[in-house]
Amino acid sequence: MSSYNLTHLKELESEAIFILREVASQFEKPVMLFSGGKDSIIMFHLARKAFYPGKIPFPLMHVDTGHNFPETIEFRDRLMEETGENLIVKYVQDSIDRGTAVEETGLNPSRNGLQTVTLLEGLEEGKYDCAMGGARRDEEKARAKERFFSHRDEFGQWDPKNQRPELWNLFNGRKRIGEHFRVFPISNWTEMDVWQYILHEKIELPSLYFSHKREVVNRDGVFLGKCDYITLKDGEKWEEKTVRCRTIGDMTCTGVSESAAKTLEDIIEEVASTRITERGGRADDKRSEAAMEDRKKEGYF
Amino acid sequence: MSETKGYLDMELLRFTTAGSVDDGKSTLIGRLLYDSKAIFEDQMDILEETSKQRGEEGINLALLTDGLRSEREQGITIDVAYRYFATPKRKFIIADTPGHIQYTRNMVTGASTANLAILLVDARHGVIEQTKRHAFIASLLQIPHIAVCINKMDLVNYNKEDYEKIKSDFQRFSSKLEIKDVHFIPISALHGDNVVDRSENMDWYEGSTLMHLLENIHIGSDHNHVDCRFPVQFVIRPQSREYPDYRGYSGRVEGGVFKEGDEITVLPSGFTSKIKSIDTFDGPIKEAFSPMSVCITLEDDIDISRGDMLVRENNQPTAEQDINVMICWMNERKMIPRGKYTIRHTTQTARCIVKDVKYKMDINTLHRNEEDKEIGLNDIGRISIRTTKPLFFDSYRRNRNTGSIILIDEATNETVAAGMII
Repeated sequence: MSSYNLTHLKELESEAIFILREVASQFEKPVMLFSGGKDSIIMFHLARKAFYPGKIPFPLMHVDTGHNFPETIEFRDRLMEETGENLIVKYVQDSIDRGTAVEETGLNPSRNGLQTVTLLEGLEEGKYDCAMGGARRDEEKARAKERFFSHRDEFGQWDPKNQRPELWNLFNGRKRIGEHFRVFPISNWTEMDVWQYILHEKIELPSLYFSHKREVVNRDGVFLGKCDYITLKDGEKWEEKTVRCRTIGDMTCTGVSESAAKTLEDIIEEVASTRITERGGRADDKRSEAAMEDRKKEGYF
Repeated sequence: MSETKGYLDMELLRFTTAGSVDDGKSTLIGRLLYDSKAIFEDQMDILEETSKQRGEEGINLALLTDGLRSEREQGITIDVAYRYFATPKRKFIIADTPGHIQYTRNMVTGASTANLAILLVDARHGVIEQTKRHAFIASLLQIPHIAVCINKMDLVNYNKEDYEKIKSDFQRFSSKLEIKDVHFIPISALHGDNVVDRSENMDWYEGSTLMHLLENIHIGSDHNHVDCRFPVQFVIRPQSREYPDYRGYSGRVEGGVFKEGDEITVLPSGFTSKIKSIDTFDGPIKEAFSPMSVCITLEDDIDISRGDMLVRENNQPTAEQDINVMICWMNERKMIPRGKYTIRHTTQTARCIVKDVKYKMDINTLHRNEEDKEIGLNDIGRISIRTTKPLFFDSYRRNRNTGSIILIDEATNETVAAGMII
């Protein structure tokens, strides 16, 4: 009797694989967004599992802000070379050059919001009708109400008050021409699940996630790593700290935290005892209480 | 390190909570999350600050669950919100659904995947219409386990008689329903009695705490491991140098146990074959059971595509075009009599026509109204439909995965109804 029980990680894996296969069946031209962060690395791993021994039946797309940690790009390129899967890169810089996106001004310009422009342009250009992302419901409270299959109108906008009900394993990906879907296969995973799964599956990650020495500046309680895109304000200074990234985004807005966690086991211990949410270090979420909801409505992931 | 190891063999329990803010639902969820360390300091800081700004006393835990701006503004929960926490024994997914009457559709949504439902009853008010509504939906959706939490026991001086009365009232009502496994727990979410720790104020209660129940209730039998059902989801044909002739049928086992070498029958063609292998990325496996996602290859070359189903010859689902369904209507556009809809069932898509409404259910009285047959938003009723092609189904009671359907409005593409096959 009890031998027919799955562990929670296996059940989450099975659920995600089911969603990925559903996407491949229900949409004509899906694409999987890939940022080089741990969640998208897991998604990539799950997609390989879902269609094994075949290849992944859709391409991956990276929206490159140009403000990435160099380690992320190196890792991304090596992963694609090793697995032979197909990655498309779209550059925020191209949108800026075209004039469809305008660089923020000020001391701390972020390209985080501009990603949405490039993403929507990329989806339109490739005529993609579904974009899969690695967002999780435990990350942020607006995301807690997101569906697995999330409908977007022809402007790529999300209408949180008018979401389609989602029951059992029955997913409705029907849409009008010009509309598309965002699909989130790992919606039900928590940060802890992700780390446990990485350990269990022996998935390789960019070195940024593990403890290393880095020059950082303390800005409003968030440590930002030294890079060309950050200008120091009066009274700020670079100092060397032993840190690691809990999430990976742009260097301009991804806070690194002080940590001595060198292995996956160390990280899991750290996550288990930590008292600050994962996105607590994300300056982009701190802009207002509903920052994520507002960006999501516009088409952000 | 023990924590790391323990986490790898945990089970997953999905539960739903029904009850209004007044029942102390948010306080209860807040307490479960807080006591299991799932609320973080920065979230707590934001809560404290927002509560203060609004001039509220103490910390309003409802602000934690109300994620959307309009919900916070109106102080109500609009949509199903999913919450996560874990203890060393289990990982939990809470589908937190609002309790107002107009949100039946959200409750149904949250209940559709739940192993367990927590029904909150205010000890001062006892079993009220809302309690009955929630119990009915839990029974309709066949949630395997129900925990009736009689809350605010502190406000009735932890009095045993109040608890006993509510318990027997509930039992009298629920005897008319199909509820299999009910547990009653007297609690005070505010003070923590019998939530995580045993209450010192209720010596007379000998049952388990809510957390103990959540951690230990047997969920291994919640899946059907008897009737073999494998709806084909996606055909894998690599056509690569390594796998030139590979043809695998991927999908999720929705019932029973499939083993390598098993004789199977393919629906609708009726062809039979043997399972050659059950493949996964991590290598072939000997057997697969619900809810595993796998890829099955067969000994014989048969034409099989999405929507087909692999079953055992001597245990087949019903294959019919005329189907009786209990539906919950989820859209503002009312159901159109004789209307045509798209129907989704397992991996199958067809069209259907609504032939007849047998009755509409008054979910407060359980009265079957055969006069008023207009089905609109949040209405529950029994209908009969005819599909354009046979569906392969079991009754919802026997298997939630092969007994559930949704209807899609072809004009708006919206999911307008959830249905349970009778």
